[in-house]
Amino acid sequence: MPKRTDIKKILLIGAGPIVIGQGCEFDYSGTQACKALKEEGFEVVLVNSNPATIMTDPEFADHTYIEPLTPEFVEYIIEKEKPDAILPTLGGQTALNIALKLFENKILERHNVVMLGADYDVIKKAEDRELFKKAVLKCELDVPKCAFAYTVDEAVEAIKDIGFPAIVRPSFTLGGTGGGIAYNMDELKSIAARGIESSIINEVCIDESIIGWKEYEMEVMRDNKDNVVIVCAIENLDPMGVHTGDSITVAPAQTLTDREYQNMRNASLAIIREIGVETGGSNIQFAINPKDGRMIVIEMNPRVSRSSALASKATGFPIAKFAAKLAVGYSLDEIQNDITKETPASFEPTIDYCVVKLPRFTFEKFPEAKDILGIQMKSVGETMAIGRTFKEALQKGLRGLEIGHIGFDNKLDFKEVADEKVELRLREPNASRIFYIKYALQKGWSLDKIFKLTLIDPWFLYQMKQIFDLENEIVAEIASTGNISDELLRKAKEYGFGDGQLAQLMNISEIQMRTLRKERGIEVVFKSVDTCAAEFEAYTPYYYSTYEQENEATILRKGEKRDKKKVIILGGGPNRIGQGIEFDYCCCHASFALKEKGYEAIMVNSNPETVSTDYDISDRLYFEPLTFEDVMNIIDIEQPHGVIVQFGGQTPLNLAARLNEAGVPIIGTSVESIELAENREMFSKLIQDLGLRQPANGSANTVEETVAIAKRIGYPVLARPSYVLGGRAMKIVYDEKQLLDFIEEAKDVSGDKPILIDRFVDDAIEIDIDAISDGEDTFVAGIMEHIENAGIHSGDSASVLPPPTVSETIIENIKDITCRIAQSLKVIGLMNIQFAVKGNKIYILEVNPRASRTSPFVSKATGVPLAKIAAKIMLGDKLKSFNLSYEYLSGHKHFAVKESVLPFSKFSGVDIVLGPEMKSTGEVMGIASGFGEAYAKSQLSAGQNLFKKGRIFLSVKDEDKRSVVSIAKRLAELGFNLVSTPGTAKVIQSNGIAVEVVQPYDQGAQKLPTLMTLIKEDQIALIINTPSGHDEASQYDMRSIRAAAILHNVPCITTIQGAWAAANGMEARKQKEFTVQSIQDYYRNNLMNGQMAATAT
Amino acid sequence: MKQAILYLEDGTSFVGQSLATAGDSAGEAVFNTSMTGYQEILTDPSYAGQIVVMTYPLIGNYGVNLDDVESSGVHVKGFVVKEFCRHHSNFRSTQSLIDYLNDNNILAIEGIDTRALTRLLREKGAMKAIISTEDFDPKSLQKKLDALPAMEGSDWVKEVTTKEKYVWPKAEGDPSSQFRVAAIDCGIKFNILRILTNLGCEVHVFPASASAEDLLAIEPDGLFISNGPGDPAAVDYVVETIGQCVGKLPIFGICLGHQLTGLALGGSTFKLKFGHHGANHPVKDMLDNRIGITSQNHGFCVDVDSFKGGNVEIVDVNLNDQTVEGIRHKDKDVLTFQHHPEAAPGPHDAQYLFKYFIEMMEKNTAHA
Repeated sequence: MPKRTDIKKILLIGAGPIVIGQGCEFDYSGTQACKALKEEGFEVVLVNSNPATIMTDPEFADHTYIEPLTPEFVEYIIEKEKPDAILPTLGGQTALNIALKLFENKILERHNVVMLGADYDVIKKAEDRELFKKAVLKCELDVPKCAFAYTVDEAVEAIKDIGFPAIVRPSFTLGGTGGGIAYNMDELKSIAARGIESSIINEVCIDESIIGWKEYEMEVMRDNKDNVVIVCAIENLDPMGVHTGDSITVAPAQTLTDREYQNMRNASLAIIREIGVETGGSNIQFAINPKDGRMIVIEMNPRVSRSSALASKATGFPIAKFAAKLAVGYSLDEIQNDITKETPASFEPTIDYCVVKLPRFTFEKFPEAKDILGIQMKSVGETMAIGRTFKEALQKGLRGLEIGHIGFDNKLDFKEVADEKVELRLREPNASRIFYIKYALQKGWSLDKIFKLTLIDPWFLYQMKQIFDLENEIVAEIASTGNISDELLRKAKEYGFGDGQLAQLMNISEIQMRTLRKERGIEVVFKSVDTCAAEFEAYTPYYYSTYEQENEATILRKGEKRDKKKVIILGGGPNRIGQGIEFDYCCCHASFALKEKGYEAIMVNSNPETVSTDYDISDRLYFEPLTFEDVMNIIDIEQPHGVIVQFGGQTPLNLAARLNEAGVPIIGTSVESIELAENREMFSKLIQDLGLRQPANGSANTVEETVAIAKRIGYPVLARPSYVLGGRAMKIVYDEKQLLDFIEEAKDVSGDKPILIDRFVDDAIEIDIDAISDGEDTFVAGIMEHIENAGIHSGDSASVLPPPTVSETIIENIKDITCRIAQSLKVIGLMNIQFAVKGNKIYILEVNPRASRTSPFVSKATGVPLAKIAAKIMLGDKLKSFNLSYEYLSGHKHFAVKESVLPFSKFSGVDIVLGPEMKSTGEVMGIASGFGEAYAKSQLSAGQNLFKKGRIFLSVKDEDKRSVVSIAKRLAELGFNLVSTPGTAKVIQSNGIAVEVVQPYDQGAQKLPTLMTLIKEDQIALIINTPSGHDEASQYDMRSIRAAAILHNVPCITTIQGAWAAANGMEARKQKEFTVQSIQDYYRNNLMNGQMAATAT
Repeated sequence: MKQAILYLEDGTSFVGQSLATAGDSAGEAVFNTSMTGYQEILTDPSYAGQIVVMTYPLIGNYGVNLDDVESSGVHVKGFVVKEFCRHHSNFRSTQSLIDYLNDNNILAIEGIDTRALTRLLREKGAMKAIISTEDFDPKSLQKKLDALPAMEGSDWVKEVTTKEKYVWPKAEGDPSSQFRVAAIDCGIKFNILRILTNLGCEVHVFPASASAEDLLAIEPDGLFISNGPGDPAAVDYVVETIGQCVGKLPIFGICLGHQLTGLALGGSTFKLKFGHHGANHPVKDMLDNRIGITSQNHGFCVDVDSFKGGNVEIVDVNLNDQTVEGIRHKDKDVLTFQHHPEAAPGPHDAQYLFKYFIEMMEKNTAHA
C-alpha cells in the first residue's frame, strides 16, 4: 500500500527531558521520524520540551513547539495547528501517555485527529498488565504468576498464592519507577505502597519471581499488510532481576538453539498480532528458565524504545525511520534498505559480529544511594561496542565506558579484596559486578561457583575466563622471556585487549606499547555494519574496528569518491550527568557544517542512543570507544585535515593534549589555549593581566598546600578537582574539617591532578554566556541569568535568557570582558564563561573554550545555530560573514527559561538539595512573551506542577527570612493558604500575613498538625524549603519532608530565588491564559521587529 | 590445535587452525548467513559436496543435541568459522560442537577472517576450495582442486539418498494418518518428514532411483520431491520419474525437488553466483499475497523465462533478487517451492505452505 493521502499534517510527540529510563534515544527516533515524514511531503508539527534535541532544530519540522508535554499544552497545539493525525509511538512512554490522555479526554475526537502507529486500544492492551496477560494467554504462551493490587492489603492477600521473592511493579511508569523486589512482608508493604502511589492509575502488579532466568528482548516490526520481521534478538548478560536498561546486553542472542530462537520469534509474531500494533516497532521481553527452557513473556512496549535504538545501531536497520514510513501507509516491502539499496526492508538483518552494550552509572554523584541494581533503572547512559567476538566487544565496551577501567582489567589488586566482599558483590547485582567476576577468577574460584552466585549464563562467564586465561598466558610469557611474542600479541588484540591494558602487563607506557605493536605489524582493520553479513554490497560507510585480515575502510565502495578534505568529529561517548545530549547536539551540528562547507564529515562515537551515531548524519561513521588508541587508529587510516575536539564535552577534550602531541591537527581553539583556561595559575595570571576580577583562588597538589590556601583565602571556599565536568566532587566547604574530608573524597576522581580552591562568592547572581569567536571578533550569542544564586552548579540551576534583572551596564561589561578573554585566549569556535555578579562587581568564575551544555538552549532560544557557525569558523570562515549582532538578540520579545530535571525519584535516600555538584540528567525549556509564563512552562515541563490546589508550605533558612515575606505576601494574594514551621511563620505573621503553624512531623506531645500528614493527605500544593548549607544537623529535619514530597509528587522548591520565580509564574497564569507558539514563529517575529537577520545557515 | 589452510581456486588462501580431524577436504565453498542452527546446517544433506562458511563468527555456543538433526549424519565437506565455542551452554545440549565435528571426522577450520572470505565469495561467486592440515603448497592444492569435479553437472543426490525405502515413524502427538505420501529422497531433511507426519501423512521415503512404478505401487495420495545437493540437471532420472507422475497425483516439491520438477515441466535451471544460504530471505507468496522470511539453501535456480507461454506460473518470488521461489502447474496438481517451508534452521513463516499439499490431496481423494 503506498503512502496515505488522506492525511497531510502530522503531530509528532517527543519524549521531553532526558531522565533515567528515557534518554537521548528518543531524539534519535524522533529526528529520524521527522526526516522520514518530511521526505514524504507531510507537514510535520513537533512538540518536545527538550531544547537540547536535534529534532527541535527549526529545520527538522515545519512547526516546532518547545512547550510542556502535558495533555493541556498538546491540546493548545492541536487547536492551533489542526493536524490530521498524531504519531505517539516515537516519543517514549511520555508520548504514549499523553496520547492516551488526549484520547480519554476526547480531545482527539473533538479535533478530528487520528492516531497513527498504535491506537488507544492497542496501547492499553500492551501496557495494561491485566489486558496484556490475557492477550499472551490467548496466544497460548506462558506468563508468570501475577496479581494486581490497588491497596497494600490487596498486595498482602495476593502474595499468599505468588510467594516470595516477588516483583512489585507499578503500572504506567517509565524506567520501572517505584518498583522493587520484595523478599519478605515488610518489604512487600513498603514497595507496594510506593508503587501504588507512583502509578498513574494507582495499580501495582505483583509477579512470581523469575529472578535468575535468562532474559531476552525481541525487536519486532509490523506493517499494515501484517508483514512482521524481527530486527534483532538481544540477550542480557545479567539475568532476570536487573532492569534491562541496567544490564549488560548482547546482540545477537548467543545461547539459544535455532529451535528456541524460532519459538521466541513465533511468540513475538503472535503477540504483536494479538495486541494489534498496526504499524511500527515494538519490543517484547522474554525470560527463559535455564534449567528446562520454559519461556515466559514479560512485557511489551508498543513503540520504539531504548532497545530499538540499540537494535538499530547494532544491525544498521533504522527502526524509527521505517516505523514512521509504515505509520503513513507504506509496507515493509515498499521501503528500501538504505544500506544495500537493492533489497527491501521486509527482511531480517543478520550480523557477522558481536555487539555488547554496557550501562553507565553515576552512583558517585549520589553517595547516599546504594549501587545495587534491581528492576528500577538507575543508569544514565550506555556505550555500545562492536567486535568480531564477544571477548573483543566486551573489552572495547569496558574501555569505552570511561569509568577508569581500560578493559576487563585489574584496577584493584584482587588480593586486597576480601573473599566475603567478592561473594557479596557477585550475589547482589551492582554496578561493578563484572569487575568482581575478574577478582573471583583471579582468586581461582570455579566458574560453577561464580555461576551459582551470579546466575550469569556460564557461556558468558567462560568468555570472561578466556580473557583472564590469555592475560595469565601473557604475564607468564613476559615473566619468562621478558617480551611478548607476535602470536600472543595478535591474539590479545583479537581478544580486545587495549594497548594500555597490555602496557600495564608489560610495565611500559601505552605509547611504547603502541609503537611495539606497530613495529610488529599488528594493525587494526575496520569492518562494515551492513545488515546482511556481507551478502550484499553495502553503500553505507558505518565501521567498527577489529584485528583481522581485510580492512574495508580503505576500500572504495561502489560509487564512492573520497576527494574532499576530511574532518573527524570526536563525540562524547556514553551519556553521564554533566555530559549528555547537549554535546551530541553540537557534534551533529559540526557534521552539518562540514557537509555544507564541502568537507567529508567523519564521526567517531560509542553511544548508541545518539543522533550522531545514526549512519545518516555524517559521511562516515566509526562506532568506536573514545580512547587515545581507538581514535588514533582511525586517524592513522583517515589522515584527516583536522580533528574537532571541542564539541563532544570533556571526553574528547581529555584526549586533545595527547592527540596534539602525536601530531594530530586539532582545529579550532588550540590545545594550548584549552589548557591555559584549565590551568588555574596561568589563567589567574591572564585575568590579572586583563585587569579583570576573579574570586581569590589557588591550586594545590598536597593536603598541606590545600589547607594553607583555604586559610589564606578564607572560608567558605569552593573546592574541586581540576579537569572534571559537571562539578564532579565539587563542594562548598565551610571549615577545615570539611576540607580534609573533601580531599579524601576527591582523590578517586582527580588522581594526581591538582585540587582547585576558590573563594565562594555568596549571594551573587550567576551569569552564563555562550559566545563564538574567530580569534579576532567575538559574538556573545546568549547571556543567561541563573535563577538560583551562585553556588549551585550551572547545570542544575534554572536560567533565563535574556537576563531580566541585570542592568544594561553590567551586560555591556560582560560582553566587553567576553571579547577580551576570547581574544587573548585566541578562541576559534565556541566559548562559555560563568560570571558571578555582586553589586557592580563582576567575577569570572570559569572560562571554557569549548561547546557548553547551554549551546543548544541558546540556539533554540535565539534561533542562531551556535555550534554550526562555530564549526564553520573553525574551518576558516570569519565571524563577520555571518552578520550576527547582539542587538538582534536583545530585540527579542520573548523569554526562554531553561530548567533542569533531576533524578531524585530514582535514588531513594538521596536528598534533593542542590549544590555545586551537578545532579540533573536533563533539561527543558519554557518560552513565552513574559518571564513568568516562560518560567511556569519550564516548571510544568520539568514535572513541577505549580498549579496544584492546596496549601503552600514555607520553611526557610535564616538568610532567606527577609525575602520570604514578600513571596508569602504574593502567594497569599494569589489566594493560597500558607502553612509554615514556627520560625518562618513568626516572620511571616509579624508582617501581617496569615499563616498556619505546623511541625514538620510528630514531635510527641505537640498538638500541632504535622506537615507529613498534610503531604500524605494531599493537602499541600507546593513546598518551599530552603535548607541551610553549612549546618548538617539542622538539615536533617527537613530531609524526610523533602523525600516525602518526592514520593507524593508535591513540587518542592529549595531556593528562595526559585520561590520568587515560581510566584512570578503563578501570577502570570492568573493574569492570562497561557499560549503556545512555534519557535519558527518566534524567530520570524524577531525578524519582523526590524532587526537584522541572522544569516547563519 | 593444528595450523590449517583454506585454499580457494582463485589462488586466495586463509590460514587458521583445525580441530582434531587432519588431512585434506575439498568442495565448493559457500557462505551461510544464519546466526543460529549450525547443527541443522551440518546435518542438512543439501550441503553434500560443499565447504560451509558461517558468517556469524561465534559458532558452537549452545553445543549440539540429539534432536536438532536434519539427517543421520554430517554432510558438509568442511566447516569454516571465525571462532569455535569452548564452553557451550544450553539445557538441551548433550555434547560440544567441537567433539561432534571430531566424532564425525569433519575437517573444520577456525581463526579465519570469514567476512573477508564471504566478501570474496560474493564478488567472485561460489568456488572450489580445499582445507588442509598437511599440504600448504599452493601449487599442489591448486592441482587437487583442478581434479575436483565442478558443482555444475555433478550428481550429489546419489551420495545422500536413502539406500532402502522406509516409513517415517510417528512421534508422540502426531495424528492418525489420513494420507499416504511417497517421498523421493534426494537428501531429505527430517523436519519435512516431521511436519508431514504431524499433518496426518504416512510418509514412505524412497531412494532417488525409485521408478514411477515403484512410487505408484504404494498407491500414494501425493508425491513429495525433497531437497538435496548438487546440480538438478545432473539428476535426470528423478526428472524423468517426476515427469511420469505429473497429472497422476498431487506433487509437492521443495528446493532441489522444486528445481527437478521445474525441469520435468519443461523449464531449465541455472547456477546462481553464490546462491542463497541463510535464514532471512524475504519472499512474496502470491497464493496468499503475503511476505514471509524464509530459510534458503540453494546454489541453482529455476529460470523464470524458460516457462514462457507454457502451463507453469510463478507463485512465489524472492524479494531480494526477484528469482523464482515457487511454481505451480496451471491445470495439474503440481506446486513446488525453492525456499524451505520446513525451516530448521530458520523462521517458520512459510510452514503454512504445506497446507497446499494437504489440500491438493484432500481434493484429489474427494474426487477419487
